[in-house]
Amino acid sequence: MNTVMDSVVFKFIYCHLVSSNECVDSFRILGSGFISEKYSIIGFLITSLILILILINGALVGVLALIWGERRLIGRFQARLGPNRWGPWGIFTPVADAIKVMFKEDISPRLSDKFVFVLAPVLMVIPVLMIFAVIPFGKATFLTDLNVGVLFILAITSTNTLSVLMAGWGSGNRYGIIGGLRAVAMLLSYEIPMALAAVGVILMAGSLSIIKVIESQTIPFAIFQPLGFLTFLIAATAELNRSPFDITEAESELIAGYMTEYSSMKFGLFFLGEFMATIAASAVIVCLFLGGWRGPEIIPSHFWFLIKWILMICVFIWFRATFPRLRVDQIMELAWKALFELTLINILAVAILMLIWPDPTILELWIMTGINWIIFFVSLWIFGKLLGPKPEQKDGVSRKIVLQK
Amino acid sequence: MSIRTEPVTMNVGPIHPSTHGVFRMRVTFDGEEIIDVEPVIGYLHRGSEKLAEERTYTQVVTLTDRMDYVASMTNNQSYILSVEKLAGITPSPRGVWLRMIASELQRIASHAVANGFLINDLGAWHTPLLYMLREREKILEMFEMLCGARITNSYLRPGGVFMDAPDQFWPALNRFLDEMPHRIDDIENLLSTNEIVLIRTQNVGVLKKDECLNASITGPVLRASGVDWDLRHKNPYDYYDQISFSRPLGEIGDNHDRFLVRIFEMRESLKILRQCIENIQPGPVRPKEVPFLVRPPKGDSYVPIESPKGELGFYLVSDGGVSPFRCHVRAPSFINLTLLREMVLGDKIADLFVTFGSLDVNMGEVDR
Repeated sequence: MNTVMDSVVFKFIYCHLVSSNECVDSFRILGSGFISEKYSIIGFLITSLILILILINGALVGVLALIWGERRLIGRFQARLGPNRWGPWGIFTPVADAIKVMFKEDISPRLSDKFVFVLAPVLMVIPVLMIFAVIPFGKATFLTDLNVGVLFILAITSTNTLSVLMAGWGSGNRYGIIGGLRAVAMLLSYEIPMALAAVGVILMAGSLSIIKVIESQTIPFAIFQPLGFLTFLIAATAELNRSPFDITEAESELIAGYMTEYSSMKFGLFFLGEFMATIAASAVIVCLFLGGWRGPEIIPSHFWFLIKWILMICVFIWFRATFPRLRVDQIMELAWKALFELTLINILAVAILMLIWPDPTILELWIMTGINWIIFFVSLWIFGKLLGPKPEQKDGVSRKIVLQK
Repeated sequence: MSIRTEPVTMNVGPIHPSTHGVFRMRVTFDGEEIIDVEPVIGYLHRGSEKLAEERTYTQVVTLTDRMDYVASMTNNQSYILSVEKLAGITPSPRGVWLRMIASELQRIASHAVANGFLINDLGAWHTPLLYMLREREKILEMFEMLCGARITNSYLRPGGVFMDAPDQFWPALNRFLDEMPHRIDDIENLLSTNEIVLIRTQNVGVLKKDECLNASITGPVLRASGVDWDLRHKNPYDYYDQISFSRPLGEIGDNHDRFLVRIFEMRESLKILRQCIENIQPGPVRPKEVPFLVRPPKGDSYVPIESPKGELGFYLVSDGGVSPFRCHVRAPSFINLTLLREMVLGDKIADLFVTFGSLDVNMGEVDR
């Protein structure tokens, strides 16, 4: 297992603070540190604080960039310009939004449960920030390498169910309660396919550590086990409450669902949490399925990570711009009748293949990939037949409408 | 073990993103299932029918614009036809062709808005809606060329229209006729084969043939249920008897049928527009002998037309004066709304808004 001292960024800051023998090999800057090795714990703490500051601020700036990017990109999808007033290409629009949100009046409804009402938005943001702790942003660039990294992510993401339920219940609004209860039903159902899809990855990597998972991806797992990737992507979209699974805030039905009664910075925190969750989920998908920072060494590993990350975020934006929303019973049907079984098929396929080739060469890996793709198409075809629109309805477009001369 | 549940009553509207104006529904539901819906209307009542009694026949045209504000040209047309019958005015041919062009353009615009908002109610984050509004924008620009106004047009007058189309109108119309079929195909490809749209709309909000006839529902909603009833064909007004077009009919009468019927009707309207352009001849747009202050003889008149929403008619009673003695509007939106409760009972909450959107009601017309 890697310790935090293996992280390049950490070592870089630490070695500028502490004069330690450890730094000689890597940086040759012994003596530049002003803290003697006896008090290295102080240097350790200061370095950690600096890193936390960088990470949290990085995440916040990332949210601003995502808000701007999403609005611009969706604007293009919808044949319009998107925000273009503040700054070049409108890049200061999210800043203006943030300032506006802060200066709005903070209203709490009389019927609300004050404690729960205030706590909910905070609970939305904190777990998402914690996800970034285990994400490696490049070769040897990470905050911590937990040996249960994947499990940690799955556990942390499920806490936002609680936040949504608290917001819906605490605001004392019927739209909010419907949104909150829908969220509990949906998020709990989708955690199961999400965890089971990750099992396929863990089987191949033989470890729960994110860094081990990335190192084991000679072929990115998205190509190696497409079924696992697809189910994980769908389940992650549902966990993020994004279209087509946005029944919890369903603008056209529930106004804003659990957020209806929130205003000012409390609303801002929900917004922040939601967008940060999109960023974090994209990073997790990149780590688990797209090979993380791996890539041809033309450019540094950090850039590979960034490129894949941005592409993944764009996929989420694309989903939002295109899909209509599913109904609540159809969402549950999709989770329990399709995704659950598909992930089980994926686990079975990967497990059997690993039993046949316990220590695969690169050629054998590609053979396994081919078999996985065949399983992917066959199972999708079968499930499409079973659960999709009935065949007599399918060609309804030309059949049903009669043109009366 | 059974969990104790109890129904919840919730007010949806009058201010709500999906009630298309100020409509209010008192919805009672058990979990996600709707067990009762009570529509509450009247939030947009402006007393247009009473106001019409205080204005001259020409001034009332501006009131009709504000009834169904996404289809004002057809409102104008219905009112003007009624006045012409009451006063015995023979309109000039060019004026009639121009107002047919205007009303068919308006039908396309109205159906575009209806279908766009229907998909928006399905939760498609505005994308198809904005594609549809982009096409509507071109129509509104043409209206601006015709009469200087985009939404509240007041273009029609007893005897025809008040102004001839400017030169730049015809190239714009031809360009629109060339482009629009592709745009309609685009939106149909995007949405009528999308599985989410199919499973959300098929067999939801079904209206049977006899239910429609009993509730005197008209327009695309009736035709989606399979009844061949189009006043342009059954009771031709203006020059619709000189024009050939077909009526799209649905079979089941669900939300998907209503969506498709509107798409197909947009194509038929394009056909009608092409025939109008072929037939139109130069000449006056309004007979010189028709006075601006119309004084019809005593009597009454009612001319129903096929507006984008259904049968729209103005019942006018004249006492020989300069303004109508009584004016009553048969508003299709209001009558189409009557079966909403029966359509959504037992469905999920999400279906309520889709079904309501597929009826394409306009609150300005419901409340008047």
